[in-house]
Amino acid sequence: MTLAVDPSIKLETARRPLGGGRRLNADWLGAVPFLAYVGLFLLLPTAIVAIGAFVGPNGVTLANLTAMNQAYIVRSFINSVVLAAVSALVGAVFGAMLAYAVATGNPRSVLRRLVTSACGVLAQFGGVTLAFAFLATIGGAGLIRVWLLDRGIDIYANGEWLYQLRGLVLVYAYFQIPLMVLVFLPALDGIRPQWREATETLGGGTWHYWRYVAGPLLLPAFTGATLLLFANAFSAYATAAALINQGSIIASLLIANTLTSEVGLHNPGIASAEALVMVVIVAIVMVLYAQLQRRTAGWLR
Amino acid sequence: MAATSSPSATARSTRGGVEVRLEDLRRRYAGVTALDGLSLTLAPGELVALLGPSGCGKTTALRLVAGLEEADGGRVTIGGADVTRRPANKRDVGMVFQAYSLFPHMTAWENVAFGLQMRKVRPADRRRRAMETLELVGLQGFANRYAHQLSGGQQQRVALARALAIQPKVLLLDEPLSALDAKVRARLRDEIRRVQLEVGITALFVTHDQEEALAIADRVGVMRSGRLEQLGPPTTIYARPATPFVAEFVGLTNRLSGLVRDGSVEVRGTRLPLVQPDAPDGPAVALVRPEAVTLSRDGEAASGPLVGIVIATAFLGALSRVTVDLGDVTVLAQLPTSEAGAHAAGTRVRLALRPDPVLISRED
Repeated sequence: MTLAVDPSIKLETARRPLGGGRRLNADWLGAVPFLAYVGLFLLLPTAIVAIGAFVGPNGVTLANLTAMNQAYIVRSFINSVVLAAVSALVGAVFGAMLAYAVATGNPRSVLRRLVTSACGVLAQFGGVTLAFAFLATIGGAGLIRVWLLDRGIDIYANGEWLYQLRGLVLVYAYFQIPLMVLVFLPALDGIRPQWREATETLGGGTWHYWRYVAGPLLLPAFTGATLLLFANAFSAYATAAALINQGSIIASLLIANTLTSEVGLHNPGIASAEALVMVVIVAIVMVLYAQLQRRTAGWLR
Repeated sequence: MAATSSPSATARSTRGGVEVRLEDLRRRYAGVTALDGLSLTLAPGELVALLGPSGCGKTTALRLVAGLEEADGGRVTIGGADVTRRPANKRDVGMVFQAYSLFPHMTAWENVAFGLQMRKVRPADRRRRAMETLELVGLQGFANRYAHQLSGGQQQRVALARALAIQPKVLLLDEPLSALDAKVRARLRDEIRRVQLEVGITALFVTHDQEEALAIADRVGVMRSGRLEQLGPPTTIYARPATPFVAEFVGLTNRLSGLVRDGSVEVRGTRLPLVQPDAPDGPAVALVRPEAVTLSRDGEAASGPLVGIVIATAFLGALSRVTVDLGDVTVLAQLPTSEAGAHAAGTRVRLALRPDPVLISRED
């Protein structure tokens, strides 16, 4: 004789732990250190900044935010946006070209391993070491600059551009290009050779392939990666601080100066408001980046 | 009256079959010969399957016809025109790839319409023809879905529709079923054949699956090391293999040691005629099909070279495959399932070999 058992009863019994009550999902335990880290060093400082932006010497105020329209603050933010945009575009274009060269080569070649490894290191290469590398080579008394001067070529004939926005674009490109390679390479790897061959057998040529197939497929990934580079450059501080230790040429330096200045500029409330503006800009960019990544992920799996 | 053309009407409005000739095609990759003088003619409207193990050159042959690779020697003609040096986008071929070839950012109908767009067909006509071709493959209800919203079988049907929508002169199929599960594979195989017959297009189908090749093709070409080992109708390929390689690659084969003498081979006391009676005398391995082996239960008390013990019975539906251990060799016998039931594992049985002409191999 066969016993008929209601499957729902069996399922309920199986799910209930022996000791009774709800069982803690073990998957979450592994993520606790990470979540604690993010909470302590990302969410908490952001909350402090957000609250600090609305606090003045006499309590809650909007004065810190209304101070954001001062000319020197607006100029610093515009400089930061321009620097981030230009360095992101330079990094995106040259990085995409390098990534394409790597992606179209042998996937197991030494060149690919070399380039991806180097990019992994160089994308994190910033701050004092990067600034020093440029100072030692093309700085005022840098090796290459002096060597060129001896041959009658002065790269600073029209001013020492290395210590200005233009100089920062060049220095930032040093880590932006490798970052682009790392971020964009998976998208290029997701492009299947069958798509080009299908285009050809259907009557299309190289132009049609890029115009109707590869281009539309890669555009979201390219735009997303460019936005990531923008956020990366926009929030960078250490390299600019090491290279340009005077003035508030960009927003991150402005915030540092507003916090630490020993003259009239010092104002923690305004510094918090400046940081809040920065957080909002980066957050918007990152949301757009995530949207574009999600769209591409479905196509280029 | 303005026609509201049915899918079959659209299909029949294609140019129909043309002759496709591959003449002495040669191709080498970095010192490895992929094609070694392949010659093959496909009659108009015929479906030929190229069958062979990995690396035998079958996909290379297909890609040379498509124009996706250049031949080192030989020529390809489609409908009498030499297309050997013509680029892929000027050859007028439709191709279905193994898998994942649909453009993922386009819907099913946009994929199907893509080739028409390349041919500068007006947008309204493009859409109409795309929908008609989707109807031909039974996917009219899936026109607005993206590739990731379709099953593997549906994706391949869209790929088939995309290849046919441009009304090519020849249809090339590169292992289009290999990424699908068995049930979908069998269904889609029949679907491809139905559509090919309905359209009347000449088709070259590449596969490593012998069952698939035998089921779908008008003729099967078995390839080995860049050459055609045998070309013929499926029944001939199976029943009268020209070489030991074909016999062993297509279908199951028992390898039984024997002695060739006077145009026949003696295998375990049974004399079997040879496919090639002029084979020289001497030891050889006879290749005997499982269906040429019969079983009887009078082996209980008997002994002899064809008496053994059943070690396994595989149920295949109407037929069953019985494995018998003869001591020094195991032999497969294929029987109707109604008969196989009498030979359970552990039963002692006597084998008999039907005196069909057999091939011999001297490689062992």
